[in-house]
Amino acid sequence: MSHPENATEFLKDQAKAKWHDETLWFVRDKRDRISKTIPEWEQLREIASQIKDNVLANLGSYLEDFERNAQKNGIKVHWAANGEEHNQLVLDILQKQNCTAIVKSKSILTEECHLNPFLEKHGVEVVDTDLGERIVQFLNQPPSHIVLPAIHLKKGEISDLFHEKLHTEKGNEDPSYLTNAARIHLREKFLKAKVAITGVNFGIAETGEFVVCTNEGNADMGVHLADVHIACMGIEKILPRRKDLGVFLRLLARSATGQPVTNYNSHFRSPSPGKEMHIILVDNGRTAQLAREKFKNSLKCIRCGACMNTCPIYRRSGGFSYGSTVPGPIGSILSPGLDMKKHSTLPFASTLCGSCSDVCPVKINIHEQLYEWRQEITKTHGEFGKGLSMKLANGIFKSPLAYKISGNLMRSALKALPDSLIYHPLNTWGKNRNLPETPKESFQQWYQKNRS
Amino acid sequence: MSSRENILSAIRGVSIAPKSLPEIPDFRLSGELVETFTQSILGNKGEVLTKVEFDNWLPNAKFSKIISLSSHFQNESTISLPEDPHELEDLGLAILDGQFGVAENGAIWLEDSNLGLRALPFITEHLVIVLNRKNLVETMHQGYNLIGNAESGFGLFIAGPSKTADIEQSLVIGAHGAKSLRVVLV
Amino acid sequence: MKSDSPHIALFIPCYVDQFYPKVGIASLELLEKLGCKVTFPSGQTCCGQPLANAGYERDTIGTTRHFIELFKPFDYVVAPSGSCVLHIKEHSPQIPGLENEQAELHHKVYELTEFITDVLKVEKLEGKFPHRVGFHASCHGQRGLRLASSSELNQTPFNKARKLLENLEGLEWVELSRTDECCGFGGTFAVTEEALSVRMGKDRLEDHLSHKTEILTGGDMSCIMHLQGIATRNNQTLKFLHIAEILNEAIS
Repeated sequence: MSHPENATEFLKDQAKAKWHDETLWFVRDKRDRISKTIPEWEQLREIASQIKDNVLANLGSYLEDFERNAQKNGIKVHWAANGEEHNQLVLDILQKQNCTAIVKSKSILTEECHLNPFLEKHGVEVVDTDLGERIVQFLNQPPSHIVLPAIHLKKGEISDLFHEKLHTEKGNEDPSYLTNAARIHLREKFLKAKVAITGVNFGIAETGEFVVCTNEGNADMGVHLADVHIACMGIEKILPRRKDLGVFLRLLARSATGQPVTNYNSHFRSPSPGKEMHIILVDNGRTAQLAREKFKNSLKCIRCGACMNTCPIYRRSGGFSYGSTVPGPIGSILSPGLDMKKHSTLPFASTLCGSCSDVCPVKINIHEQLYEWRQEITKTHGEFGKGLSMKLANGIFKSPLAYKISGNLMRSALKALPDSLIYHPLNTWGKNRNLPETPKESFQQWYQKNRS
Repeated sequence: MSSRENILSAIRGVSIAPKSLPEIPDFRLSGELVETFTQSILGNKGEVLTKVEFDNWLPNAKFSKIISLSSHFQNESTISLPEDPHELEDLGLAILDGQFGVAENGAIWLEDSNLGLRALPFITEHLVIVLNRKNLVETMHQGYNLIGNAESGFGLFIAGPSKTADIEQSLVIGAHGAKSLRVVLV
Repeated sequence: MKSDSPHIALFIPCYVDQFYPKVGIASLELLEKLGCKVTFPSGQTCCGQPLANAGYERDTIGTTRHFIELFKPFDYVVAPSGSCVLHIKEHSPQIPGLENEQAELHHKVYELTEFITDVLKVEKLEGKFPHRVGFHASCHGQRGLRLASSSELNQTPFNKARKLLENLEGLEWVELSRTDECCGFGGTFAVTEEALSVRMGKDRLEDHLSHKTEILTGGDMSCIMHLQGIATRNNQTLKFLHIAEILNEAIS
């Protein structure tokens, strides 16, 4: 389904769509307020952007530094060209441990690689431990937001789900009660798991350490109880220096949820005695994106989700309307690089309002890249059949005479025809909107009469 | 070629104009450190106590299993640190020393040497971190200056109790980790 | 009018020409009242934005060449539309052989309110407009041309249109809950994402209505056409005027 079809579907439940919009607006509003308590906020964004520019310009050498330093600290480093290789690497480690049940904390990368279905196919039970992720996992859904995975669900739906899966009281919708039920359920999983998987927020080239940020503490609960920690990291997550974390940790949580910092920010440098730590560096389309001059900046993303919270489209169409692992504005510039045909409607799911670029903590020019993707997509195949009608329109605009005639024609057509007969684009326009009243003369005609 | 070489050569095949790494200014904070830090911890849903307040609170809280690794509270442990963190499943309270705190956001830095076991501050039901009020800094920039080139295998900033808002954005304290954080300023 | 004063070309967006001639007239009269020498060069066409935003920038070369050549003789080009001006500055394709003229155009083309505040340096407009006015900040003017501070940025608040409006005697400025959220027009988006576009428009209207806006204004007639279309369909009693119409009426 295309984005417009999905959005139309989402908007059918008007009350829920309104709630979705308001809930995410609330998060953006919190982000606005906290960002304005930091006088150097815009400077921090600029510095973060410059650090990431430097990373993209030196990615190869930083990755080698990172690998060397991590290995020196006793971390095993693996490289995966794509999702399949990543998944196979994870499975190999699990099989070496005879491990058939793992816990996993939030990682958009493993979603991108479709790790869960792969492991399940090979007889491994995967338990997502972030509360929101556990909820959507119970429903066999992907996350609808990269920071707030279950933001599309109301507490009543979660209550029903937990009643079925965790035998909570029927009808008890109290978030504290439901969260506590999940705590008890997941604690058992944490205590049993021999291997824990996490994502990575930042990897530091100069130290070989990596940083994982959570509020729930689920990443740490998993890895510190398990014998083996596997961290999955996109190659673009590198930062050059440890002190760069000062900039990025100041920006990340404030941008994501409007809180000053996540409650747990763990720096992993080497495994505990007797334990194993693996890191898998994943490409999966990133080097191809790096080679696209107009789109390489999308790799600066730190996955804060601020562009989703601010996007007037995302808020009113929901994460699933995008049909891509990373939804929202940033997803709409990342996904066409992975599969342009599948994601061809995404760059058009925007009014180019520019709010995404203004909230982005690393100053990615998201809306400009949406515009540029449109130019690429229309080259490959006519999108919605717009090709023809637009070419026609250009023929009109190129020639002043033709334009004037068509203008007159258009105005007299509008006057003469009943609303229901006005042709296609105007028809769509007119479904829920009136057309402007048609004046008796154009400005050009008025000017000829009055000023010439 | 291995994936490693494929990835690295793909990156080298892209020519990107050099971009220099910016220096990071030593951004500071206005306002009184203890007060700002305290407000930050409260905002993160933790509490800040004096030593006297803590001494009054602890006996009334009636924890059966306590582990203290704090140099300020050496006699509070009721059990000793096990080798296997799984044995901490029913630990009621952990008392740890923090190295320094960051006023702008309440983040407190701890390393392996403070933790005993890395799982300790997560698996415990309640957590107390003891912090010398002299060891407060203004922003994360000064925080990372203090960490410097430290080589601890694990280090973390803790800024509050375990929390989630994954159900309709309603804040709930006590997701998987410690259900409370008390910071004792000494 | 001084003969050596700069010569200003009025650029009237195609849909304004066709549907809102009053906005063109108000823009012209307003600039004339402010002492400008203004000409409306004949032979104007669309700037090409609808095509470019739909992904066919490459098909606007003819349009762009025509635009550059038509406006070449003038000192300034002023349009009552932030959106069209942004397109000319940022998204019109490079025209071989006209590089210098095109660069010059990018520096001399202005949206109406920014021309009044930044070039004419008008600090305060004397006039009267006793109405409750709600301002719709069009995104391309707001975040593209930076005609006002963005709610997303940590910057000193400013708003060029507000500066011109709020000194008018009797005018009450309506504070909105969401000061600069998109109305959902978005050019072809209005048709290709019809359901979303209408929902966004309805939400903007609700914000204005709940804050008792009497007249909804803005710098882009396209957004207003969309909002007015929804309001009219739903029998919502709001009046819609382009900011040029308000300013022109107020200072007469």
